[in-house]
Amino acid sequence: MHLDHTDTIHPERHSASAARPDGSRRALRVGLGGPVGSGKTATVAALCRTLRDRLSLAVVTNDIYTREDAAFLLREAVLPPERITAVETGACPHTAIRDDISANLEAVEDLEEDIGPLDVVLVESGGDNLTATFSKGLVDVQIFVIDVAGGDDIPRKGGPGVTTADLLVVNKTDLAPYVGSDLAGMARDAQEQRGELPVLFQSLRGEPGVGPVADWVREQLSAWTATAVLPA
Amino acid sequence: MSVATLLLLADGRFPAGGHAHSGGVEAAVRAGRVQDAASLEEFCRSRLHTAGLTSAALASAAAAGHDPLALDEAADARTPSPALRRTARRLGRQLMRAARATWPDPELDALAAARPKGAHQPVVLGLVARSAGLGPLEAAHAAAYESVGGAATAAVRLLGLDPLDATAVLARLAAETDEVARQAEAASSKAVEDLPAASAPLLEITAEQHATWSVRLFAS
Ligand SMILES: Nc1nc2c(ncn2[C@@H]2O[C@H](COP(=O)(O)OP(=O)(O)OP(=O)(O)O)[C@@H](O)[C@H]2O)c(=O)[nH]1
Ligand SMILES: [Mg+2]
Repeated sequence: MHLDHTDTIHPERHSASAARPDGSRRALRVGLGGPVGSGKTATVAALCRTLRDRLSLAVVTNDIYTREDAAFLLREAVLPPERITAVETGACPHTAIRDDISANLEAVEDLEEDIGPLDVVLVESGGDNLTATFSKGLVDVQIFVIDVAGGDDIPRKGGPGVTTADLLVVNKTDLAPYVGSDLAGMARDAQEQRGELPVLFQSLRGEPGVGPVADWVREQLSAWTATAVLPA
Repeated sequence: MSVATLLLLADGRFPAGGHAHSGGVEAAVRAGRVQDAASLEEFCRSRLHTAGLTSAALASAAAAGHDPLALDEAADARTPSPALRRTARRLGRQLMRAARATWPDPELDALAAARPKGAHQPVVLGLVARSAGLGPLEAAHAAAYESVGGAATAAVRLLGLDPLDATAVLARLAAETDEVARQAEAASSKAVEDLPAASAPLLEITAEQHATWSVRLFAS
């Protein structure tokens, strides 16, 4: 968690401040990144279905050259349309989530301003490579989503996403028997790369579903509301 | 005047959202009007002397202390395409965010409060230059350079153009870019309604078309 930014240290902080202009606490921002097709949008959709009854949610998608992800979420009606915003990224998804986050920040802030207080904003990055991570100026915690079919050596290869994300999700475990992925090996490699940082295995086509990841998000939200420092 | 400050403001890596915009190049590439370094150079030259000059004059006037809200209206009047107006305001807002963190100044706060959804980017750029201690000529240089720099970068991504060729295009345009900045600065002391209003109708038209595409790499 990156909950240590207070406005007393950075009086001119224009991105990560925990306070909204009216002084209230802003929503927890959760980034979801990972390789193309690993199941980021599917995870976002499942999280929305699981959490939306109890929490006020919104989603920002970063598609690379279409609005497919936003369109999918709208079609599936996981949230009302005014809670879903698509950001265009100029062919470089990692730039928009890491090097120049201004468009994403506008999207997140506009959602919170237009809809009213939110609990969680999910920011999905366009599918990219293993080095794409979110700026701490944009999100408070980040989830890196890989899948068992993209090669069971990915946890061993490491890279910033696999190694440093606050949560690593290994998705599509239902496919493991068909692609010959060694789940135990992936778990071992991931732990070696990540030390104490958590790893969750998930299949959205059966058990365990998105439950464990949703629980993790709820824990992050509790920590955020307990500790995010508002300026005096 | 700090040269390093001008370089920082004009650097394409300044995190103000420009990377997601092509300055009309994406539409020109699709139409076949930009396909190589030579056609990119013609595109950039046209852009420089039309939209570039107009932007540079607005930026220069803002840096000189003209009322930014009057300049913002003048920018609207010089931008017929609603899609381009939206783009200019969005980029203005993104630049405002970055600038308020880098060169905090009550004048920036005042414009941000008066235009919470963003003022036109060239007006913001001029005011930012002023807040950063730069003068009207430097503001014009930044705007003129930006009017071609972003387009060249976008062409590299869209066409797989050799980046060395694209950079050479910008180098060949350097003297003209300086000249446009000087013209803009010379005009910036005029009344707002007399500022340059050179327009590129094709950029306006293709911006409207581009905004309707469902598959595109750039936001504009
Ligand atoms: N079998 C199986 N398929 C899944 C699972 N999760 C997602 N998928 C499928 O994988 C495909 C890609 O999922 P998305 O959620 O679109 O992946 P993404 O990471 O958002 O992809 P990009 O945004 O294009 O990078 C879709 O066809 C999903 O239905 C899973 O747990 N098991
Ligand atoms: Mg997706």
